[in-house]
Amino acid sequence: MSAQPNGSAGGGMPYLLEFEKPLSKMELEIQRLEATQAETGRDYSEVIGGIREQLTSALKQTYAKLTPWENVQVARHPKRPLLRDYIRMMCTDFTELHGDRLYGDDRALVCGFAKIAGTRVMLVGHQKGRDTRERLECNFGCAHPEGYRKALQKMQLAAKFGLPVVCLIDTPGAYPGVEAEERGIASAIAVNLLELSRLKTPMVACVIGEGGSGGALGIAVADHVAVMEHSYYSVISPEGCAAILWKSGEHAAKAAHALRLSPRELLRLNLIDSIVDEPLGGAHRDPDGAARNLSAWVDRSLREVRRMKIDALMKRRYDRLRALGSFVTESKPERPRSRRSSKAVTEAAAS
Amino acid sequence: MAESPQPRRNFEAPQGMWIRCAKCTQMIYRRILEENLNVCPDCDHHYRVDARTRIAQLNDPDTFEEFLAGLESTDPLEFTDRIPYKQRLQKVKSDSGETEAIIVGKGFIKGRPVILGAMNPDFIMGSMGAVVGEKVTAAAERAADENLPLVMVTASGGARMMEGMVSLVQMAKTSAAIARLDDAGGLYIVVMSDPTTAGVAASFAFLGDVIIAEPGAMIGFAGARVIANTIKATLPEGFQRAEFMLEHGFVDRVVHRKDLRSEIARIIDYCGK
Ligand SMILES: [Zn+2]
Repeated sequence: MSAQPNGSAGGGMPYLLEFEKPLSKMELEIQRLEATQAETGRDYSEVIGGIREQLTSALKQTYAKLTPWENVQVARHPKRPLLRDYIRMMCTDFTELHGDRLYGDDRALVCGFAKIAGTRVMLVGHQKGRDTRERLECNFGCAHPEGYRKALQKMQLAAKFGLPVVCLIDTPGAYPGVEAEERGIASAIAVNLLELSRLKTPMVACVIGEGGSGGALGIAVADHVAVMEHSYYSVISPEGCAAILWKSGEHAAKAAHALRLSPRELLRLNLIDSIVDEPLGGAHRDPDGAARNLSAWVDRSLREVRRMKIDALMKRRYDRLRALGSFVTESKPERPRSRRSSKAVTEAAAS
Repeated sequence: MAESPQPRRNFEAPQGMWIRCAKCTQMIYRRILEENLNVCPDCDHHYRVDARTRIAQLNDPDTFEEFLAGLESTDPLEFTDRIPYKQRLQKVKSDSGETEAIIVGKGFIKGRPVILGAMNPDFIMGSMGAVVGEKVTAAAERAADENLPLVMVTASGGARMMEGMVSLVQMAKTSAAIARLDDAGGLYIVVMSDPTTAGVAASFAFLGDVIIAEPGAMIGFAGARVIANTIKATLPEGFQRAEFMLEHGFVDRVVHRKDLRSEIARIIDYCGK
């Protein structure tokens, strides 16, 4: 269910993804020529322009046919913008609120009043951490129960004052640890799912990187759910799934394909409402462009859900949740076969 | 998560006249074990039971009306690992004689009408896919509509990964249905049996107004192996067991299987349902 924190970006992951190596050569060449140009004053603009064109078409080609597993790697790219980067790039104000009123401040889950595209909102999201120190502080974006409880507390605060809620999801999963279990991680997520389903304020959610199972869903019940183009949203990490079903984590690429965790597949299955486009070559190539797109999505999706009267919105939220993933068919039930006489058991129980 | 996709034989013990208790190693006559509600007469070890046996144990005889019995997954992902999910389902169905990992219906406990659900821990680890999600949701809605208590006996390894995100969203769907039951003033009693973990624990299982657990039941979110790998240490004795959850405040009562019927009936009476 939950992913291990070391499955996230960082640690042993190479700076360059395998399929990006040819692209990187061109990018480096452009940088080198630009530097020489600045130094010597010679004009290389024509050569640079040519390489740029090549790069663009190579990027288009590469990114148009990313496999699901490659897409997961982009979602975990060490240079991919994180929650606090988006806050810096797209919020004109952010007033962080730390208190869960119960246990302590979970740095993996960030909450606060924010102004996005001119709208006041309650922003809630996972922060993975950029450098080693911050990553350890944030447990690589794996939240503890107190994080989920803080998120709920702040979303209820938003509902009290009629503020819409924006959730940005980026986690490998809830933290798998002894203390998380002792403090009731399953209970914390369950309570969030229940309370968010009836929280009386407009809510939108977007997966900006990793959407790792219950840890993601715990803040992702909303009136509009989106996934960024090179993010993924999955019931289990591809490595975890491969370890269980293929008996080896090396089959992660096969698992990523089988799990249908890419945005397009999720949209096809009606599990999400929209995909937020990323700049060509992924958010890590142009963080500002990614932030502009995300900000525009916040604006658009909030407009859509705020048009509705709150009672109608609440009914719609239930109806949408009710219809989620209803891939069932009703066959004629055979008479259940009893493997052994349960009569003795029934008699014992009836006493 | 469903960590062991292979259906295991019931009772964690071979079929036969005699069974060696998995905990105290005493030899038990099978018929005695069954008459004792599948609890070891010597050491009180609570064996896992399938959903139909569970309902026979809890429900007043011959009063259970199952609903949505024929619901089946459409395999929306066309999932294939080493074998296709469809084939896996077919095999589990014919091995177990059941169509899915849960049975829901209307019944009576000591004369009190209830909506009752019980899970099959051996049906792909009792995992929740679209069918389990739909049946739990329908049961909660029916309990709300008919003003009846909802009693759920959970036994599940979590979400069913062969249904990918379709299974994950069932957590949100079932929790929304429990919210609706709560809004209607309905009573929801959960009996956590072994195991209640991951996506089922983190949705409808931990949402009971009253949460009961069977002795020794494994209850938690993350798999013990995953946690041990993360912390690089052995886990404390009794970690993630019912008694551990009681001690940490997430379970209301640990109740012996023989007392479940009277306990549930008493709670229903206290809540005036
Ligand atoms: Zn025994």
